[in-house]
Amino acid sequence: MNSVVCIAQVPDTEARIKIADGRRIDETGLKFIVSPYDEFALEEAIRVKEAKGGDVTVVSFGPDRVQQALRECLARGATKALHIKGESGSADALGIAKTLAAAIRSVPHDLLFFGKQGVGTDNSLVGPMVAELLGYPQLNVVTHLEVGEGKITAHREIEGAEEILEASMPAVITAQKGLNEPRYASLKGIMAAKKITIETKTLPDLGLQESDIHHQRVTVVALELPPEKSGGRKIDGGEPATAAKEILKYIREEAKAL
Amino acid sequence: MATFPGVDYIEIDSLFSEDELMVRQTVRDFVDEEVLPIIEHAHREEKFPMHLIPKMAEMGLFGATIHEYGLPGLNQVAYGLIMQELERGDSGLRSFASVQSGLVMYPIYTYGSKEQKDFWIPKLASGESIGCFGLTEPDFGSNPGAMRTNARRDGDSWILNGAKSWITNGSIADVAVVWAKAEGTIRGFLVEKGTPGFSTALHMGKFSLRASVTSQLFFEDCRIPAKNLLPETNGLKYPLGCLTQARYGIAWGALGSAMGVFNTAVQYSKSRIQFGGQPIASHQLVQNKLAWMITEITKGQLLALQMGRLKDQGKLKPHHVSMGKMNNVHIALECARMARDILGANGISDEYPIIRHMLNLESVKTYEGTHDIHNLIIGEAVTGIPAYNPPMSAQAEKEASERRAAEAAKK
Repeated sequence: MNSVVCIAQVPDTEARIKIADGRRIDETGLKFIVSPYDEFALEEAIRVKEAKGGDVTVVSFGPDRVQQALRECLARGATKALHIKGESGSADALGIAKTLAAAIRSVPHDLLFFGKQGVGTDNSLVGPMVAELLGYPQLNVVTHLEVGEGKITAHREIEGAEEILEASMPAVITAQKGLNEPRYASLKGIMAAKKITIETKTLPDLGLQESDIHHQRVTVVALELPPEKSGGRKIDGGEPATAAKEILKYIREEAKAL
Repeated sequence: MATFPGVDYIEIDSLFSEDELMVRQTVRDFVDEEVLPIIEHAHREEKFPMHLIPKMAEMGLFGATIHEYGLPGLNQVAYGLIMQELERGDSGLRSFASVQSGLVMYPIYTYGSKEQKDFWIPKLASGESIGCFGLTEPDFGSNPGAMRTNARRDGDSWILNGAKSWITNGSIADVAVVWAKAEGTIRGFLVEKGTPGFSTALHMGKFSLRASVTSQLFFEDCRIPAKNLLPETNGLKYPLGCLTQARYGIAWGALGSAMGVFNTAVQYSKSRIQFGGQPIASHQLVQNKLAWMITEITKGQLLALQMGRLKDQGKLKPHHVSMGKMNNVHIALECARMARDILGANGISDEYPIIRHMLNLESVKTYEGTHDIHNLIIGEAVTGIPAYNPPMSAQAEKEASERRAAEAAKK
């Protein structure tokens, strides 16, 4: 049973984001991590490998820095890694999906795992798009997975209920928090990961050109930080009942939230 | 949950390899996610967080430098970084790992028989078994050579008598590495939990290392099989060799505590508004404290790193380790005291991770060779003159010679 896990390297969720030239994130001194939902995807693939054998190949599209993220996935138990070199930052979701789909075609696979969304951009598009490009069934926002003979069963939480889906393989699974508890990289894994060569490919290696993937349909017009929080308002002293009335008045008349 | 950003004033990270940084990050994440949320409670309740042992074992934190038995075979710098991150969590947690790796697995692996290694190393690495190290005695700490615990050969057995004190993990250990005098020579023995004549008792009322088990060990005609002797051990230098391992880890670990309290003090001073609507971080006296802390931490990091590189080359000497342990624990304790000052009353409450580190470091300052003894080791390295034993008075000299004569006559 071979799995492919597509991972995105994203700015640390606690990093202070700075904007460069009004259109993109300034990467100077920025710490990058494996997108947190991708960690659930990786963990699930490793568990499938531990139960059924086979390989777990991690794939990422991006500049040289994504090799660090791939190395971390190898340390956690992935067996192979593929880096597609390119400026993923200037591609839209479809461009990234096309790139990954082209790369995945050359890797033996039964299951394709993604995080349900890349933290930071939060589009939830790449996994489903890859499924469509490859013509595979897609099971999205999965919280529980069972891998049987030739088919998989996935649970997902929907409004007020749990939906249980079945699909043939190969299939795309996008991982939701709760699917599992990701393990820490073991020290042995870190040492073993050093010995694995990360395979690298370029867009031309995949039969693609830069122009195939760059913002064909969606363009980033501007990127702005949220406005600074204003000071808030303090209601001083007095009886709790009076203060409560004043807060209610504010909510109704000024904030117009009720 | 805020993650720890690290402390790196002069790009020391550029001196670490990629895998050393990955080891640090994985232990750092573990400490942020698993240790910090529970440690104040464990400290308050005086309980070691036993549930962390399987996770630490799964990560490979025990015996991490060993190349055999499927263990990670890390270098010494990576090992040091593990200790640093664990102690940023709590000195008690780092003590557990130091003892398990440096004081139990190390002597079994280095001085043990193949049978002893094959039996114990996998069990200790997986956390299935816990170990402790018994050298210090109620009456002898800095001078372990004067120990009273003794071992007598009786057929296929050794019979141990004596007591050990201040033993980390003592009451929870499955195996104790016990040092005893056998016909005048200090040798190491493996004593298993439950052996008749072997008992333990907790040291009560500790105000330091509360999230760590500290015990006394008692041996009363405790009979162990002859094969439980660590065959290679033959003198005081063997337990001291173990201590060099553990002290090396402490030199790194103390930096972790220092980084933790420094980070808290910086955050606090920037958010604590006092005079004129300004944070206290704008005051020169507060900045002076922070400047001292970051300077000393940075110097300590370079010292620890150079020790690690020397250790990997097989060039590290015990007197180098003395400098690292002595200096880094000293500055960590001073950092904790300064951080406590900066936090004012909040500095004494376990709402903030300050007072716990400060109290812990009081132990770390005197265990594994006191601050003063390490200064004497450095002094001996510099001058060639050992200054541990003050000259005997004429009276003491006379008594000692009479005692020797009496012992000779008995024989």
